[in-house]
Amino acid sequence: MAEAAQMQVSDEVAITIQNMNKWYGTFHVLRDIDLTVQRGERIVICGPSGSGKSTLIRCINALEEHQAGSIEVDGTLLSSDLKNIDKIRSEVGMCFQHFNLFPHLTILENCTLAPIWVRKTPKKEAEETAMHFLEKVKIPDQASKYPGQLSGGQQQRVAIARSLCMRPRIMLFDEPTSALDPEMIKEVLDTMIELAEEGMTMLCVTHEMGFARQVANRVIFMDAGQIVEQNEPEAFFNNPQSDRTKLFLSQILGH
Amino acid sequence: MSDTQAQTVAFVRETEIPPSPPPIREAGAVKWVRENLFSGWFNTIMTLVALYIILRIVIGVFPWFFNGVWDAGSIRECRDILEGATGACFAVLVDRWDHLLFGFNYPQDAYWRPTLAFVLLILAAVPALFYMYVPSKFLIGTALYPFLAYWLLWGGTLWLPIAVLAAIILTGVVFRLVESMTVSTRTIVAGIVGLVAGVGLAYLLYLGAKELWFISTSIGTGGAFAGLMSLVFKAFSIFTYVFFIPMGIFVGYAIYQSASDGGLVTLVTSLLAIALMMLYAVGPVSGVLNGIIPIELAAVESRQMGGFMLCMMLGAVCVSLSIPLGIVLALGRQSSMPLIKGVCIVFIEFVRGVPLITLLFVANVMLAYFFPPGSGLDLFLRVVIMITMFSAAYIAEVIRGGLAALPKGQYEAADSLGLNYAQATRLIILPQALKISIPGIVNVAVGLFKDTTLVSVISMFDIVGMIRGPIQQSTDWISIYWEPYLFAATCFFIVCYSISQYSQWLERQLQTDHH
Repeated sequence: MAEAAQMQVSDEVAITIQNMNKWYGTFHVLRDIDLTVQRGERIVICGPSGSGKSTLIRCINALEEHQAGSIEVDGTLLSSDLKNIDKIRSEVGMCFQHFNLFPHLTILENCTLAPIWVRKTPKKEAEETAMHFLEKVKIPDQASKYPGQLSGGQQQRVAIARSLCMRPRIMLFDEPTSALDPEMIKEVLDTMIELAEEGMTMLCVTHEMGFARQVANRVIFMDAGQIVEQNEPEAFFNNPQSDRTKLFLSQILGH
Repeated sequence: MSDTQAQTVAFVRETEIPPSPPPIREAGAVKWVRENLFSGWFNTIMTLVALYIILRIVIGVFPWFFNGVWDAGSIRECRDILEGATGACFAVLVDRWDHLLFGFNYPQDAYWRPTLAFVLLILAAVPALFYMYVPSKFLIGTALYPFLAYWLLWGGTLWLPIAVLAAIILTGVVFRLVESMTVSTRTIVAGIVGLVAGVGLAYLLYLGAKELWFISTSIGTGGAFAGLMSLVFKAFSIFTYVFFIPMGIFVGYAIYQSASDGGLVTLVTSLLAIALMMLYAVGPVSGVLNGIIPIELAAVESRQMGGFMLCMMLGAVCVSLSIPLGIVLALGRQSSMPLIKGVCIVFIEFVRGVPLITLLFVANVMLAYFFPPGSGLDLFLRVVIMITMFSAAYIAEVIRGGLAALPKGQYEAADSLGLNYAQATRLIILPQALKISIPGIVNVAVGLFKDTTLVSVISMFDIVGMIRGPIQQSTDWISIYWEPYLFAATCFFIVCYSISQYSQWLERQLQTDHH
């Protein structure tokens, strides 16, 4: 476990969020978020439901619009300029709670679609890349099947491979294991751990505290749209500072 | 060596026993009959009643059908041949076969042309309908078909459809050219195009405003209603002068401003190019080419089209135009841009709120007023525009249902991979939304095909128009009902049932969620 925590984190900045605020109508979902992510950092974001953790990472690739403050990803400022948004999205991979694979395309086509159309990669090369990543998530033999024919865990691994085919520099995970049966959670987490060990910059919203202990080098706790506490995993779990964090940890680790 | 006895260990069976057949009561026709027809006293009674009714119908229809007379010159001859017995007079179908298929005005020596066009239609449809089994290069044939069919049906010079085709290809070249220009070159193009488009739009609006003023003065002020209408038209006219004409100029300026982005300039330049070519180049060029190498067929006018051929023409053209238009309207209605969304909503709601017959009357009579004298659109084209608009509005709503049924996650996944709007729509959203919408679209298409018979109210003689008019009112075939209408029904049923079967097959082909 310790080796994971020692993985290289560079000084280079991947994401800078400054004073970011977001409202849904009049509801203030995110309040004054300040967050800097170094390249190679693996951050786990946890917190009670409705605390804004999903919204936070969805703001990073502009699936949600923020109304105040600034987000800079890889040196590109996220503004309403569509070109910037498309540039950031092609650098940032995302995995969703419900996988969101394209059901009308085969697994291989799911993986090659964005490289072919966004990156203009030749089809053959895109297919080689796709097979490489499908092997990495250990399902190359399913390449010609459709998503509906795969189990949940397999679908989520395909979703991870699909993102990786774009060779992203940052990966966002939005509760990737919440919709899975317990025996499938492990196969997805193993894939994510492997990815982390290769030095991918990761932001992961999850309730898998074992995963947080094993690979994260920072755990962020959010409540009511604010970052309440952030610390290294050991310190976070063994010595939480705020009462809200203590209550949350006692609830999810208590049983 | 026995089938079941083992050589090595006496009590181990080495071969499987063949499965024994289920008891006779549980298999085959007996089981089906017992379960479906005689499963209880109520169902038994219903089965017997149904059998009796079927028997009566068969007894009633069979003599009529099999006594049918196929060879007679008029309904009186038929009756003489039958001598009071029950029997159909199918002779009308033989006698008026050409009229039922091609209408009574289509030149007889040219019947091979629509027949050939029909055969080619089926051949051209195959690559599009069975695209998953036919190599995509055959789609070129499908794309060329409309031009060839136009020439076969209407005749005239072959150079005209070729010139139109060339204009379309040239427009594609222009599109590519402007798209790949450097920003500075494109700024110059945008300046010229913006000026032409802006001034052109303003001029058209000026003509419209003048027309509105003319209408208001010609209504006069006799009576309260006319006075009111006159005022309304005056108000519209002044509004156009003051508001829309400056907006036309502003649109030109907006085109110039968007030069750096490129999308709008490219689109407007292409549209302008094709409009100018169609108006000023296509006619003269095809005339000159025909002067050099004449390839001509005897010209046939739209008014001469008729019979089931007219229904097929209207059906095929309107279905294939209204689906793309419906897709555009459905996407437009979902747009986040208020202007586009507003235009689409108004169009859909207006067209859906009006009966098709009124639109057809408008096509027949009113549209002529909107075009300068002499440039009147062809009647067939006007009818096509109206039916297409009508069914596109319905198809748009069906597709909107399909779009709404897609999980939000599909849009988000497409966005998160960096696909832009056009790519996400074409590759992710539409394939799924259209698949969901197939039953609804087919429903509208079948309805549209049958609605083509409504053109008989504006005195176009489609198959129903032919039966009601020239056939039933001729002295030979006066008051003959069952036979020709049965024939028309059969024609429509064959086409509609084929469409329905095809759509069900397509749905099965596109199913991806089973093993």
